[in-house]
Amino acid sequence: MSGLRELYQEVILDHNRNPRNFRRIEPASHRAQGHNPLCGDRVEVFLLVEDGVVKDIAFEGDGCAISTASASLMTEQLKGKSVAQAQALFDRFHDLLTTEAEPTEDLGKLGVLAGVREFPTRVKCATLPWHTLQAALRQQAEVSTE
Amino acid sequence: MSSPRPISRIDTGLDVERIRQDFPILRETVHGKPLVYLDNAASAQKPQAVIDAIAHCYAHEYANIHRGVHYLSERLTTRYEAVRERVSRFLNAASAKEIVFTRGTTEGINLVAHSFLRPRLKAGDEILITGMEHHSNIVPWQMLCEETGAVLKVVPISDAGELDFEAYRRLLSERTRLVGVVHVSNALGTVNPVKEMIELAHAQGVPVLVDGAQAVPHAKVDVQALDADFYVFSGHKLYGPTGIGVLYGKMRHLQEMRPYQGGGDMIKYVTFAKTEYADPPQRFEAGTPHIVGVIGLGAAIDYVESVGLEAIAAHENALLQYATERLLQVDGVRVIGTAVQKAGVLSFLMKKAHPHDIGTILDREGVALRTGHHCAQPVMDRYCIPATARASFAMYNTFDEVDALVRALEKVNRLFG
Ligand SMILES: Cc1ncc(COP(=O)(O)O)c(C=O)c1O
Repeated sequence: MSGLRELYQEVILDHNRNPRNFRRIEPASHRAQGHNPLCGDRVEVFLLVEDGVVKDIAFEGDGCAISTASASLMTEQLKGKSVAQAQALFDRFHDLLTTEAEPTEDLGKLGVLAGVREFPTRVKCATLPWHTLQAALRQQAEVSTE
Repeated sequence: MSSPRPISRIDTGLDVERIRQDFPILRETVHGKPLVYLDNAASAQKPQAVIDAIAHCYAHEYANIHRGVHYLSERLTTRYEAVRERVSRFLNAASAKEIVFTRGTTEGINLVAHSFLRPRLKAGDEILITGMEHHSNIVPWQMLCEETGAVLKVVPISDAGELDFEAYRRLLSERTRLVGVVHVSNALGTVNPVKEMIELAHAQGVPVLVDGAQAVPHAKVDVQALDADFYVFSGHKLYGPTGIGVLYGKMRHLQEMRPYQGGGDMIKYVTFAKTEYADPPQRFEAGTPHIVGVIGLGAAIDYVESVGLEAIAAHENALLQYATERLLQVDGVRVIGTAVQKAGVLSFLMKKAHPHDIGTILDREGVALRTGHHCAQPVMDRYCIPATARASFAMYNTFDEVDALVRALEKVNRLFG
């Protein structure tokens, strides 16, 4: 199972089975929908941002284990962070999936998604929630990882 | 898990082991595992005979066609036109002049939309399709509707994935200008009753286009017996090259149709004042065609017919039945598309794993199948699912490969358990 155990680590399987912050925020200060047309994954990200700080973040959707776990881990990681920190984290997360970069400490549990880099067709699954987050922060209603 | 009971591997007498020798790619390994290729509905692999015909053509026979008086051009023109005859016999068309070479199914449908339907369509007219069409038999009609104010009507499908024939009867109206129907659904495997549908449409004077992309590799098609007005398919799903396909059209339709593209080879006479178009099928084949693709398609049809479509269909049906029963013994598997008449395609879901995850895990086991919406998003919406995993069979697949699929699915369950 070389690679598969790296990809489907216990933490990922757990977040897939029991996604954290899997709910809506009403009213949200920011929200957006993301869609990966290749595999049909859909995710909606909700944010409550006050004074440049992510007070609350949640998501809903229907997707594969990688996108669901990635969204769940993202919400855990970003709560209480500033919007600027969130952006910096995405950059590092993106590097983690697409380069040989070692996980940095601030990525926290997001580091478990490093195994995705061995599966290029799945990188978009892991980044979909993050692209959706960015769209929400930019007040853009929809993104698609075409 | 339900207790396993013996499931029969029906031996239809097809010499699959010998056939497998003809397909070099089947000797490849993937991630260190023997390739189990179950993505045939997306595209079929190529026998050596097709690969050789293409290589031989480029190495020994190549020139442009219809243009030269020199030896190579004349000889290849003859070969090219002989394939048209070959396709015509394959589909039992009335004449080779009814065979138009296209890039594939998609282009065939677009050609009919542009050259046949567009000029006769006005606001309020209707185009009738089914709820299980591939995007290629939806979008070209939608584009026409947008342009003309015509309306796209859709025949619903049942939970089993069968066409609601009564609804079809009701939806055929005096405003219907064309029926477009998929012969075999690529997402569900359903075989549609196209002969009956055509009969009903013709009773009201409505022409019918049949999308045969998934039908032609799995069953003998007789366009005259069906009385189809248009029938389209792709070479690459029939063990032939990509970039080549066929549009069959009844001559009386083709004669009335305007060209699809303008250019060389589709004219009788050109002046700056006026151009007189060539007769069908040349009218629809502007420019230098995919010459070697046509040669490869001819070789593919020869190969398929040397094996025999009836024998192929019997073997694939035995595989489909075996696979369906075996998969239903795997914990959490649900089959999408349970029509009584099915061919070649097994779409399914697993309770614990998303199709995309199934696809990745199976790939590591060497098992290639398709996951996603299969270019039939309305079908996914109909079942309120985002995607399915789909195994699709060809003449070279074996019962052992179905077992490999089942083992890989059990691995999915263990991993996601
Ligand atoms: C039923 C059906 N129609 C149309 C098509 C489109 O064929 P092509 O992409 O070769 O034009 C396909 C292929 O995926 C198909 O399965």
